[in-house]
Amino acid sequence: MKVLSIAFNTFRENLRDKLLYNLLIFALLMIGSSLVLMRLTLGEFHRLILDIGLGSINFFGVLIAIFVGIGLVSKEIEKKTIYTIISKPVARFQFLLGKYVGLSLTLLINTAVMACGLLAVLSMQDVPIHAVLFKALIMIVVEFMVITAVALLFSTFSSATFSAIFTLALYVIGHLTPDLKAFGEKMGGVGKTILEGMYYILPNLDRFNLKGHVTHQLDVSTGDLLAIGAYGMAYTTFLLTLASIVFQRRDFR
Amino acid sequence: MNVDSEQIVTVDHLSKIFKVGFWGRRVTAVDELSLDVRRGEIYGFLGPNGAGKTTTIKMLMGLIYPSRGTARLFGRPVGDQAAKAKVGFLPESPYFYDYLTSREFLRFYGHLFGLLGATLDKRIDELLELVGMTHARDLQLRKFSKGMLQRVGIAQALINDPELVILDEPMSGLDPIGRKEVRDLIVRLKESGKTVMFSSHILHDAELLCDRVAMIMKGKLVACGQVSELIDHGTTQEVEMVVDRLSPEGIEELRPLAIKTLLHGERVMAIFGSQRQVDEALDVLRVHKAKLVSLIPHKASLEDLFIRKAQGVQQVVEVHA
Repeated sequence: MKVLSIAFNTFRENLRDKLLYNLLIFALLMIGSSLVLMRLTLGEFHRLILDIGLGSINFFGVLIAIFVGIGLVSKEIEKKTIYTIISKPVARFQFLLGKYVGLSLTLLINTAVMACGLLAVLSMQDVPIHAVLFKALIMIVVEFMVITAVALLFSTFSSATFSAIFTLALYVIGHLTPDLKAFGEKMGGVGKTILEGMYYILPNLDRFNLKGHVTHQLDVSTGDLLAIGAYGMAYTTFLLTLASIVFQRRDFR
Repeated sequence: MNVDSEQIVTVDHLSKIFKVGFWGRRVTAVDELSLDVRRGEIYGFLGPNGAGKTTTIKMLMGLIYPSRGTARLFGRPVGDQAAKAKVGFLPESPYFYDYLTSREFLRFYGHLFGLLGATLDKRIDELLELVGMTHARDLQLRKFSKGMLQRVGIAQALINDPELVILDEPMSGLDPIGRKEVRDLIVRLKESGKTVMFSSHILHDAELLCDRVAMIMKGKLVACGQVSELIDHGTTQEVEMVVDRLSPEGIEELRPLAIKTLLHGERVMAIFGSQRQVDEALDVLRVHKAKLVSLIPHKASLEDLFIRKAQGVQQVVEVHA
């Protein structure tokens, strides 16, 4: 109940934030722009629409996850709004969870709106829609959830600017973890141990990327999908637990 | 539980040391503070800015962890959910979710206490009425003045019908009318059986309202007790006398009796520190056939005590330095 109230309040806060609408409009314009770009390409325009569409949904969702996520807690501390919440019978982890669920809900609805835009463009151009497209969209949402948890973790102990830098860095590295492992193997010795350690500790965000499958119309089995989803959920739980531990020890000065 | 049921806030040798700056310099914000708030009273928590009032209150509300010592609310350790359910809290210069309207704002806080539906709506209407904000119930908080924010802030502190209300500087930043309204509200809360603890650096307010006060300076308790007790014990009562047509000889006789004498043409103003000196001065007036214009006892106030204590603290600090 308390978690849901905080989640709903966070969701409402997001809805009344102009940033969200600006990003959403941009995303829809990007998706729509594939219609124009299509005329400049020879053949394969189905792939182009799907590439630009899914890419836009992913890119703008990540922007929202990072830039709203880093403010979730740090803004509450900065603006001192947290004082009135923590002094009520609300445990600190409930507050954190509420904020997290609120933003996740925002991202889910945002993705749904952007996906509708993409589906509209696809049907306008008579592009066949396969089940793998929806699977890819679900995985995009799972990736948002992991990134939101990363942003939330950073926002429990550092300022908004640093949180943004850390989260962006982790997002980029998260998409390059297989390269880390490959690079480590070439290096050998201590370098290999460190890079392999990083490979296992950092989130492997590339696992959630099914855009290639969509454009090449390669289906993903339900088993694989569940495994990737479970990985995302486990990683999110790990991040949220860590955030709760950090947050529990904090003084609100 | 072996806790005096009358004491609903107990602070025992509470200390908070902050580490500040890059090198983690240690600063003691609250130093071995002990006090108790009893059921049904208005308790003033006084001290100059930066004395450690807000830090202490934050420790009571579980926002800051103490470095040493303990604090209990209703006999339970601070941070306990059951204890928090019986407390209402207004932070210093409150900032709220400014994208919410008054009603949405109060509904949100009501939900945090598990209040729902018609009961909650009724409570919200009552509270908006109580703080005189019914006209602004559908207005977003971003459009509010400071006084209006303070009012909805008080309303959110009362949403759970708390037994104990803790207000951090509830009168700061308000105009005289606003301050009077807050004072009246505090009295009404006491009348309805609630216990109120509030911090302030405006001593006049405390003097009018409080049953008991604690005064802290530089994190330490410097005085504690009933207002009347503190004023009587802690300060001497001065008397101001204004006289006309006193001869120069008379003035010379008056001078050694008074703490201070001022001459304005024919008029003499003198301040005396005791009743005996006043009596002797009156004898001088009679002998010299002067005209007594006024004789006014200066009522000792918390402010005198406060300034005296502040000077004391300053001296102690200087000696140690």
